[in-house]
Amino acid sequence: MTKPAKIPVLGRGWINAWFRSREASLVLLIAVLAVVTTALNPRFLSPQSLKDLMLNVSIIALLVLGQTVIILMRQIDLSISSTVGITAFLSGTLFIDHPGISSLAVIAVAILCGLLLGAVNAALVAWGKIPALITTLGTLYIFRGANYAWVHGRQVSAANVPGSFLAIGTSTFAGVPILTWIVLILLVVFSIGLRQYRAGREYYAIGSNPNAAVLAGINVSRRIATGFIISGAIAGLAGALWLARFGTVDATAGEGIELTVITSTVVGGVAITGGVGTATGAVLGALLLSVFSSTLVFLRAPAFWQQAFQGAMLLVAIAADAYLAYRHALRLRIKWRHV
Amino acid sequence: MSQTQTSTRRLARRVGWETILAILLVVAIVAGNFLNKDFLTTENWANLLANFTEIALMALPLSLIVITNEIDLSVASILGLSSSLLGALWQYKMAMPLALATCLVVGALCGWLNGFLIVRFRLPSLAVTIGTLALFRGFAYIILGDKAIADYPPECADFGIGVVANTFIPRPFVLFIVLAVVFWVLLHHTTVGRSIYAVGGNATTARFSGINLNRLKILLYVASGVISALAGIVYTFRFSSSRADNGIGFELSAIAAVFLGGVTVQGGKGTITGVVLSLLLIGIVNNVLTLEDVANEILRIVTGSLLIASILVPNVIASARERWRVARQLKEVEKLSAAPVASQQHFI
Repeated sequence: MTKPAKIPVLGRGWINAWFRSREASLVLLIAVLAVVTTALNPRFLSPQSLKDLMLNVSIIALLVLGQTVIILMRQIDLSISSTVGITAFLSGTLFIDHPGISSLAVIAVAILCGLLLGAVNAALVAWGKIPALITTLGTLYIFRGANYAWVHGRQVSAANVPGSFLAIGTSTFAGVPILTWIVLILLVVFSIGLRQYRAGREYYAIGSNPNAAVLAGINVSRRIATGFIISGAIAGLAGALWLARFGTVDATAGEGIELTVITSTVVGGVAITGGVGTATGAVLGALLLSVFSSTLVFLRAPAFWQQAFQGAMLLVAIAADAYLAYRHALRLRIKWRHV
Repeated sequence: MSQTQTSTRRLARRVGWETILAILLVVAIVAGNFLNKDFLTTENWANLLANFTEIALMALPLSLIVITNEIDLSVASILGLSSSLLGALWQYKMAMPLALATCLVVGALCGWLNGFLIVRFRLPSLAVTIGTLALFRGFAYIILGDKAIADYPPECADFGIGVVANTFIPRPFVLFIVLAVVFWVLLHHTTVGRSIYAVGGNATTARFSGINLNRLKILLYVASGVISALAGIVYTFRFSSSRADNGIGFELSAIAAVFLGGVTVQGGKGTITGVVLSLLLIGIVNNVLTLEDVANEILRIVTGSLLIASILVPNVIASARERWRVARQLKEVEKLSAAPVASQQHFI
């Protein structure tokens, strides 16, 4: 009997595993970009510039968390940008109509509003059996149209918003902006939830193989529905924070950010074909995109280049994912050749 | 099974989606006539048809793509890119025919890129075309920035807003009529059309029956790119203006028209007639609402709702029918189990 073929070693211990992970390559890429940009323009690493970077990435990173849950299930949510627009303006009008309302109450109402809008998507996708792409493309325009009709050219300006609320968007705690702390706390919650809890594992299971998930006894419709509700609620929170960050909000708030969010998530290693990826990776993806766009700014590239670069990065990321999945499949085939 | 049940089912099967659309179309025209006396004037119809020419053009290849169970979200971005490119080339004093040809070639390249990525890397078309949606629009911004080019010669504007002599048909709309006929023949009367249905029905069987899937898909995306670029040219001439954000969001209307036209999400079904009818329906609804001074944002809500309803309604009907069928079977099983001997015989 011949000796079985040598099984290629996939990794030894968690250190090796981490170095092979998507997160490691993202951190490396971010570091390289940061070093290159700093070499060209030392101001890149100044405290003010770092704070701006963290503030810029925070709202996108927040939305990325919700999108991660959705894309893990092989779904997509394009409507988040419109939800952000509606809830940002809603938060502003709450401050105008009810002077003295507490910031927490406003944030709670914004989250609730986002949750309800997410529930509309959830009902249409999970029980109406409409593909997520079509549902959320429709609601992207329906919510935005409703927002335009409601706002009707009005504007919330920073003067209408109490300083204590605006402070959420600008002040720091222990050197890190409060917005970033919110993202970090939610990131921990999402990471643990997706990794350790049954509900989290079910999202992965649905994305890996929807039919197998049904056979494994997972209530797929309910899971998909909760995913869209989570994404909506997160978008509601992001809307309130959008107001805190920018102070001025009109009907166009958040328009087009769904592309940035999806690109960040996919660049962060959440496969668009579902079932693969982590919340940490996705947030790192958002950070990478944000560092990249400030690199472009520091290199004095015209602002008009941003969108093309984003699109190109999304294409490169999905092509890389497909290639890695192909390699992985090949490696598995070699591994089982001795059987 | 009683006789009435069979006949109603037969009737339901015979009343196709197109018939429903045609009835809705008649209802919309009658309602439009009641609501506004300007609706049935030739000026209004010229306006109505001109307003959805670009979307109608893009919807034709898009419906073939959706029938093969793929999607193209980048059509509106190709429109914007072609419009911006035309503006830039015109500004650099390139001869108009050459500039037009360049735009169409660039459109073909854009479509080819979509198709290549989808076919070669086996990527989901949804992800690829979201990426190229951003990429092509980004190219448009790189070309024109926030500038607008508007110094087109009067002949171009004449083509854009003129009508065919003695009719209310806008000149660009003739392009749509010709292409609609071409696509109708292609889809319903050629082997290419049959293979499009075959791929959408079951890609694996289609492959084993000798259809070159990759070539077919790339071909469809190239067609989509060229026609979207053509739509960009039409848009530019109609408004005599090239801007990087031209036609932003048009993909919603085009996709809505395709699904409302009876092309199913699962692929393999749908007709050009249905898509043309749904295009007319969307055009008329938008026109009537505009005549009634309904704001633009409400039109967006209407289009989005039409998109969702066009899939939700058939789904609800199908699931209700399925529930009814299961209930009837249960009843029959109950009846059989009430007479045990008969049921045994039945199952043996």
